[in-house]
Amino acid sequence: MADSAHPVEDLHLRNLTKRFGDHAAVDDLTLTIPAGSFFALLGASGCGKTTTLRMVAGLEDPTEGSIHIGDRDITSLRAFERPVNTVFQSYALFPHLDIFENVAFGLRRRGIKDVKPQVEQMLELVELSALARRKPTQLSGGQQQRVAVARALINRPDVLLLDEPLGALDLKLRRQMQIELKRIQTEVGTTFVHVTHDQEEAMTMADTVAVMNAGRIEQMGHPADIYELPRTVFVANFLGQSNLIQGSADGRSGDDVLISAFGETFRVPASRTFATGSSAVVGVRPEKMTILDLVDADKVPSDHNHLQGRVTDVSYTGVSTQYLVMTPWEQELIVFEQNMIVGDRCEVGDEVVVHWSPQHTFGLDGTAGTTVGVDPEVLDLEAASQALISDVSGS
Amino acid sequence: MRWLRKNIIGIIAILVLIYLFIPIAIIIVLSFNKPEGKFNISWNEFSLDAWTNLCGVPGVCSSFVTSIQIGLVSTLIATLLGSMIAFGLVRYRFRGRSTTNLLIFLPMATPEVVMGASLLALFLNLRFPLGMGTVMVAHIMFIISFVVVTVKARLQGLDPRLEEAARDLYASPRATFRYVTFPLVLPGILGAALLGFSLSFDDFIISFFNAGTLVTFPIFIWGAAQRGIPVQVNALASLVFIIALLIVLGAQYANHRRRRALEAPLPSPVLVDRMSRS
Amino acid sequence: MVAVVPGTTGKASPPAVTQRRSRTGYLLLFPGLAWLGVFFAIPFVTLFFTSLQQDVPGKSGKYTAGLQFSNYSEALAEYWPQFLRSFIYAGIATLLALMIAYPLAYFIAFRAGRWRSLMLVLVIAPSFASFLLRTYAWRTILSDEGPITSTLDALHLLPDGRVLNTGIAVVAGLTYNFLPFMILPLYAALEKIDPRLIEAASDLYASPQTAFRKVTWPLSMPGVVAGTLLTFIPAAGDYINAELLGSTKDRMIGNVIQTNFIEFRDYPTASALSFVLMAAILVLVFTYIRRAGTEDLV
Repeated sequence: MADSAHPVEDLHLRNLTKRFGDHAAVDDLTLTIPAGSFFALLGASGCGKTTTLRMVAGLEDPTEGSIHIGDRDITSLRAFERPVNTVFQSYALFPHLDIFENVAFGLRRRGIKDVKPQVEQMLELVELSALARRKPTQLSGGQQQRVAVARALINRPDVLLLDEPLGALDLKLRRQMQIELKRIQTEVGTTFVHVTHDQEEAMTMADTVAVMNAGRIEQMGHPADIYELPRTVFVANFLGQSNLIQGSADGRSGDDVLISAFGETFRVPASRTFATGSSAVVGVRPEKMTILDLVDADKVPSDHNHLQGRVTDVSYTGVSTQYLVMTPWEQELIVFEQNMIVGDRCEVGDEVVVHWSPQHTFGLDGTAGTTVGVDPEVLDLEAASQALISDVSGS
Repeated sequence: MRWLRKNIIGIIAILVLIYLFIPIAIIIVLSFNKPEGKFNISWNEFSLDAWTNLCGVPGVCSSFVTSIQIGLVSTLIATLLGSMIAFGLVRYRFRGRSTTNLLIFLPMATPEVVMGASLLALFLNLRFPLGMGTVMVAHIMFIISFVVVTVKARLQGLDPRLEEAARDLYASPRATFRYVTFPLVLPGILGAALLGFSLSFDDFIISFFNAGTLVTFPIFIWGAAQRGIPVQVNALASLVFIIALLIVLGAQYANHRRRRALEAPLPSPVLVDRMSRS
Repeated sequence: MVAVVPGTTGKASPPAVTQRRSRTGYLLLFPGLAWLGVFFAIPFVTLFFTSLQQDVPGKSGKYTAGLQFSNYSEALAEYWPQFLRSFIYAGIATLLALMIAYPLAYFIAFRAGRWRSLMLVLVIAPSFASFLLRTYAWRTILSDEGPITSTLDALHLLPDGRVLNTGIAVVAGLTYNFLPFMILPLYAALEKIDPRLIEAASDLYASPQTAFRKVTWPLSMPGVVAGTLLTFIPAAGDYINAELLGSTKDRMIGNVIQTNFIEFRDYPTASALSFVLMAAILVLVFTYIRRAGTEDLV
């Protein structure tokens, strides 16, 4: 399938801006998506990712900026003139046409007479040949999803856009389709631009992830790189979970920046620090931390960051155990421990020490606090449950 | 007792449905009657005379044909005009939207006698000869609003992503309309046309005001009511009833098979949509 | 009326249709709106001027343009009983229709299951038979020898000893004829109610009656408003039921307008009455909608 007439080319967005009234949905976005890559635009709803996608598709006109494929400017081309196809959210399959005709739609509109071989080949690729004469509503969600992909891909677009393509599927099917989509992408070699709010989906499928917030890209790179080294509080919170401690950067020790918080001092390699001023946030991923009973405090490696606390919750999840540890300054940290040790685990109420390597620590700019990028509903929920607990226990 | 309390609503519902059909049953039964006097009101003797000789009474069939002609022409024009308005309302911005909405709403909120009278006042003032033309003009006028609300509801219920998908798949605006929008709205348009025809065919009041000497089927019945309605009228009305019922049931069956594929409108979308109008 | 229902997924709503502003829009609207303007709006203006015409002295049945507002007072003075009767008959018929329609609409919305669409077809099916013949059929049902009249008479419920050619028959006809106009909007409103709301009410200690009063009935209000209007308006203007089922003592305003227009050719009086009827109905509709708090109807 990769034998298109012309070689696949990079997609360039230059200073792309979309304003609705005063609100900038997409704010001066400049981005190059390499040919043949599986690129994910990740962000919460309203961050501008869908608007970006719609501008690339030609369904929305940019206020400013331009869109190029290779060196062809497609900004002013209308949707039906662009070599770009879309897999729509909830698929938008034509309900009055059968599967075959849905897939053949684009070919027919371009005046291709003999569509049969191509459609059959495409249906084979998505393993739906047997259902060619069914109507879309007679198909399951996963099958509809594959029709949507086939309908777009058959046109051999330079870029395939996927707008939350798995959002309507249940968890198990979603996992399966993630793998399926990756297989198809590898097979056809087309550039995939995938918009999603599901960070796990973005990380599983994409080779490059761009985290979007408020119309801008916060950070872009290989999923593992972003996860291991987030550059902003938003990314640290939005992509996976992080323990973030507000502090201030006040000095260096060799190659390490020292960040102090609540009387403790933490070492962060300078290469992993992005705090520009003195206000800084120390961050570490929960699975990078080790938890020890306080009596074993002497086992903490001397060069490790560490802090003391009390266990407030233990949840056993099979693969791992999740601890909530309350610090002396009343901040709850999350610690994941792989269930590799047979024997005692910590229990609620235990005094513990938590430690981790500076190589796993990151330092972020702290001017905006530590909760940027946390789902506001989660914050509300935490506040509400606190209130509920004090209310119920009070009466 | 417990059973009764659990099913009381169902029992009432079925009784109401039966109530709705009592007059229909009477119309059909009396179409097989051989009435005693000239009034076909009570059962006398079984007879197939009316059914074997549908046009046996002078004027019955010609009025029936007149009504069908008026219904077809009025429906065709009103469906075209109404669908155009619906597309304009949903897809375009324009000045005077609230006036437009009022102009569409008012004909449905006006008693027929007022509409009939006011239109007659116009025709009289213009010294316009009354006849089939004036009846058609009147029917088109009152059908348009019903078409607008039906087609509009259908259009608004259309997922905008379907048309976007068509554009994305190389369909020009014209091709998008032809291959996606129109086929998807068509059931709504057909439903509106069916409703329009039945409204026109059954209309008496507005027609009576504006018909002059023209006799439509309902006007024939009205005139005959004074001196006794011929049995043929019952037979023809039963025939219309059965044909219409078969059409609607057929459409329902087809819909059922398509499994909500097109989210088909209810049997009479207009009445239901009339209230959800914005 | 938006109810937040637990368990609904937070799926993004489809993008709003972008409306274009172009000449095409006006071209689409113009023919139909022009038709309505010429044959609906302008006739109202002519109706108004006709209602003010004055007699030509010496020639009865001839009228000239004028500003004779006394046409209105004279018409009302003469025909106010028919006006009153129309509104009373239509009001009773609407109330009866509401009481008859609600259980059926409720059943179709909540209990009918796979019979739902068939039942809806059955609701509108009677309209496929001629309106005049259906009304006429009530002469058979309510005839003096029929079971209904004899039963009611045996119970001494009939002051005149009969139903046919009385106001009762007219109201019965009106109730029957406009019943589908009540059932369908009620159904549409009830169908939108999530049955889990009623379950939630009973979970929260509401008896079936209380649940109905506090949850179902208020949520069905848009349907009640639409249904009563759609029943009341045509019923108030109707004259077929009064003509076919009532006596001359039961004539409604529609009969008066019709005979004045077509038989007596007293155009000014008939026009004045039409105008007053329309105005009364519009005032009623708008105050009713405002009081019921569902202004999105118009």
